[in-house]
Amino acid sequence: MTFEQLVFYFFAAVLVMAAVMVITIRNPVKSALFLVLAFFTAAGLWILLEAEFLAITLVLVYVGAVMVLFLFVVMMLDVNLVRLREGFGEYLPIGGAVGILLVLEMIIILGPARFGLERIAAPMGHSADYSNTRELGRVLYTVYVYPFEIAALILLVAIIGAITLALRRRKDTKYQDPRRQVAVSPADRVRLVKMSAEKNRAKD
Amino acid sequence: MPGWSQLTLRNLAFIIAILVPVILGVAYLTFAERKLIGYMQMRVGPNRVGPRGWLQPIADVLKLLLKEIIVPTNANRFLFIIAPMLTLAPALVAWAVMPFTDTLVLANIDASLLFILALTSMGVYGVIIAGWASNSKYAFLGSLRSAAQIVSYEIAMGFALVGVLMAAQSLNLREIVLQQQGGLHQWYLWPLFPLFMVFFIAGVAETNRAPFDVAEGESEIVAGFHVEYSGMTFALFFLAEYANMILISALTATLFLGGWYPPFDVAPFTWIPGVAWLVIKICVVLFFFLWFRATFPRYRYDQIMRLGWKVFIPITLVWIVVIGAAMQTPIGFLFH
Repeated sequence: MTFEQLVFYFFAAVLVMAAVMVITIRNPVKSALFLVLAFFTAAGLWILLEAEFLAITLVLVYVGAVMVLFLFVVMMLDVNLVRLREGFGEYLPIGGAVGILLVLEMIIILGPARFGLERIAAPMGHSADYSNTRELGRVLYTVYVYPFEIAALILLVAIIGAITLALRRRKDTKYQDPRRQVAVSPADRVRLVKMSAEKNRAKD
Repeated sequence: MPGWSQLTLRNLAFIIAILVPVILGVAYLTFAERKLIGYMQMRVGPNRVGPRGWLQPIADVLKLLLKEIIVPTNANRFLFIIAPMLTLAPALVAWAVMPFTDTLVLANIDASLLFILALTSMGVYGVIIAGWASNSKYAFLGSLRSAAQIVSYEIAMGFALVGVLMAAQSLNLREIVLQQQGGLHQWYLWPLFPLFMVFFIAGVAETNRAPFDVAEGESEIVAGFHVEYSGMTFALFFLAEYANMILISALTATLFLGGWYPPFDVAPFTWIPGVAWLVIKICVVLFFFLWFRATFPRYRYDQIMRLGWKVFIPITLVWIVVIGAAMQTPIGFLFH
């Protein structure tokens, strides 16, 4: 076994373990943390495939941003663990059937008949100065420019839709106007009174 | 001796040669902070331990090492202990790709800028996990604040870096510095000035430093996410905060201030080695961190969010368009 294989099996084992823990562990926060571990090890596997740009982007986007927001929400939910567990037996048959179906479909698609080395040739190794960031950028903005831009637009529409749905302005909420706050001058707020310190003393 | 073991030994020596100065820098940065803020407030700062107080950081470290680590009741023990390590590790790992001179870099990887961005975004996990595992309301509030703040400022920071990589046409930190050769006027500070400001202020916010230190906010939520920590676990948070400050300063120096290049390409300046120039630049940027803390009151939380989303992100977007448009015109050389 070469060193690369050793690293691969280590990462693969951690990934499978983390992925199983995501769905079996009871505590939702721990489950989200295992998902972070799963993303991180997946990034490690991608680096083994010499796809360092994608690996770093996976960490940056999913670990660095998406999962932080996920955790943010999950931590604030007050999940009742007892209620989570009830109804497990009730949903088991249909859930199990869907699961088995999914596994079968994956076996059909990902099996050697359709995904093997004869179908898709093994990628050749590149020299050390090969930059897959540059190559990815070139392909993304030439060959795939329309799908890329259309996907971007769809995402933008989704963002605007989500914000419009969630935006709720109550009439009685008071908002500050930062422009007016910044533009305020001391003369508007404070009145300085000049008076001598010892004038009234003589009267006492 | 076979080749790989030689390489391993060389890399280990290199790692130690980077980490020891960083840790010493952290120790003396705390000292510099207390002294500088002391002078700014007409005090003298710590001056009792050792000559002129120079042994104060050592005394602090010894004290924190000897203190008991208290784990609160019903805290998640494993996550509670691992959280400070998760904060410190990314701040130290990021130094692996930092170029010190033209040839002196531990790992000259192609996407090093992205690598550093990914690592700095990992640092937030330590804060979130610490707040959640402490089983304390103050700590939890602190970690929520920190999560929201870091996610918002990371976007502005990332866009600022997009401008840098457009100008340098590379994600490699070494290449980015090489593009800034030839003296002060070649530094990216000038053509990318708005991005420089956004990057640096977002960097201050990312490190949870004043005036953006709402995650700690000692006047509102005691000490935020690390309120339950004591002894060495607390020291690790402290170490991480200062290591992150040094990292952001080093990044600012590398991306916008010409890295290891001297400000003028003439004789007396070129005698000083490149590493020394980099250290000088890092120190200048660090001074601003301390100066901010002594000068500005803490931002209100909604003001932080407004600054991040409504001011910084539009500025960076506009400037990216300006760079992109200018590069297609005869004045494009200004942005290279």
